[in-house]
Amino acid sequence: MISTILIIGGGQAGAQAIDTLRREGFAGRLVLIGDEPSLPYQRPPLSKKYLSGEMAADRLVFRHQAFYDEHRVELKLGRRAVRIDAAARQVELADGEMVAYDRLLLCLGAESRRLPCPGATLPGVHYLRGLRDVGPIQAGIKPHGRVVVIGGGYIGLETAATCRGMHCDVTVLEMADRIMNRVVAPRVSQYFAAEHRTHGVNIICDTRVVRIEGAGKAERVICADGGSHAADLVLVGVGAVATTELASAAGLACDDGIVVDEYCRTSDAAIYAAGDCTNHPSPRFGRRVRLESVDNAFEQAKTAAFNLLDRPVAHDRVPWFWSDQYDNKLLIVGLTHGHDVEVLRGDPASRSFSVCYLKGRELLAVEAVNHSKDYMAARKLIAERAFLNPEKLADGALGLKEAV
Amino acid sequence: MPRIVFIERGGGRREIDAPLGITLMEVARQHGVQGIVAQCGGACVCSTCHVYVDPSWFPKLEPRDEMEEGTLENALEPRANSRLSCQIHITADLDGLEVTVPERQREDL
Repeated sequence: MISTILIIGGGQAGAQAIDTLRREGFAGRLVLIGDEPSLPYQRPPLSKKYLSGEMAADRLVFRHQAFYDEHRVELKLGRRAVRIDAAARQVELADGEMVAYDRLLLCLGAESRRLPCPGATLPGVHYLRGLRDVGPIQAGIKPHGRVVVIGGGYIGLETAATCRGMHCDVTVLEMADRIMNRVVAPRVSQYFAAEHRTHGVNIICDTRVVRIEGAGKAERVICADGGSHAADLVLVGVGAVATTELASAAGLACDDGIVVDEYCRTSDAAIYAAGDCTNHPSPRFGRRVRLESVDNAFEQAKTAAFNLLDRPVAHDRVPWFWSDQYDNKLLIVGLTHGHDVEVLRGDPASRSFSVCYLKGRELLAVEAVNHSKDYMAARKLIAERAFLNPEKLADGALGLKEAV
Repeated sequence: MPRIVFIERGGGRREIDAPLGITLMEVARQHGVQGIVAQCGGACVCSTCHVYVDPSWFPKLEPRDEMEEGTLENALEPRANSRLSCQIHITADLDGLEVTVPERQREDL
């Protein structure tokens, strides 16, 4: 008999698990522990409309308090879980309270990878992960202030675009030879680099940050090539690492994330995990993955909820991702790993194009820039393991489905 | 505050006073209207906040833009009066707006 389900982590996954558990009829005690004081909220606007001030904090929350009251969800917010006692099936909070569970769901998320160089802990060096990070960044942004972004990934570039909209001078420093090198094809990197330059962002690739200097606060970012970049504010976006301390201390298997199976089960029969913190199998792609995305948090949380209620459902979805930069929408579906063919569809100069990745003729992934049609079609085709003709694919006038 | 009428799955009627300046999706989500999934949270990329707008109201709304048209194609069973609720901003003129939540959204599959 499952009388108490305890969820740790009030992000996208935790919030979704609550929804699905109640919708699927779980009538027992449901408790959410979250270390942030706010009601569960969505993170994607933090680097965009929330940072710019266009969107107020009350628009970030998924549900109002009344929803949690009505669905009898006990919220323990602003409370940190410090220990899982897996043998006794209870969780200890920082203030000493013990919360017992029959089933535990870990939605611990990920945290910003820290810059290891000297000066990285100076005031004025910021990371962007949660609501609490945004206020200090906003306070440090002045019109015509100089913002140096370290790392040309999603968060760095979205923040760069937002800061340009707030009339800052923005420099992006990227270690690789192109921005977003880990997540998109060279052609897509090139397009976004050009967009940023058109908007006045100074993008510098192939450069490694060696230290941050300043008298009592960050004032300059120094690179290995001798470059010195004056900064009023430094934003670091160099990736994220799964939050696993609680899980590993409790003896759960962890390996670049909390190891779960396709049913979101950890190595402890009473403990499940979902979202950015998990390392999970992708049946579609035949390997283990750790994904940082809204979609994965949402889908895994749903899957976990069903399995928590002893209704076996396997997580087998094609992952997707998006990024907004200026008026561009980048949509990515699938995983490119193992591809041997890359096909460009459409003309980047038209501002709407896509890049398809195939292994032989099997479609693995599509990156679509302002091209929702190809993205939508690809979601279905990749799930179905469709085989396409690369020559026909190159004809952008032909629909993806017709390229067989 | 304009009052919005949601016809939920199964036909239940729910009236919610909506603050100005937020979107119809946000109103539905905050109040837990069944069937408004809003997976992407308003980025206009997922189609799971799809609603049918009462035909008498449909022409009174700001028309769909190209992005919404594209994303709506992915919605389940789109109709002439389909909208993504994340693209409808609450204004005083919308007092009495009635929308119906589809029986299924894309994420249900």
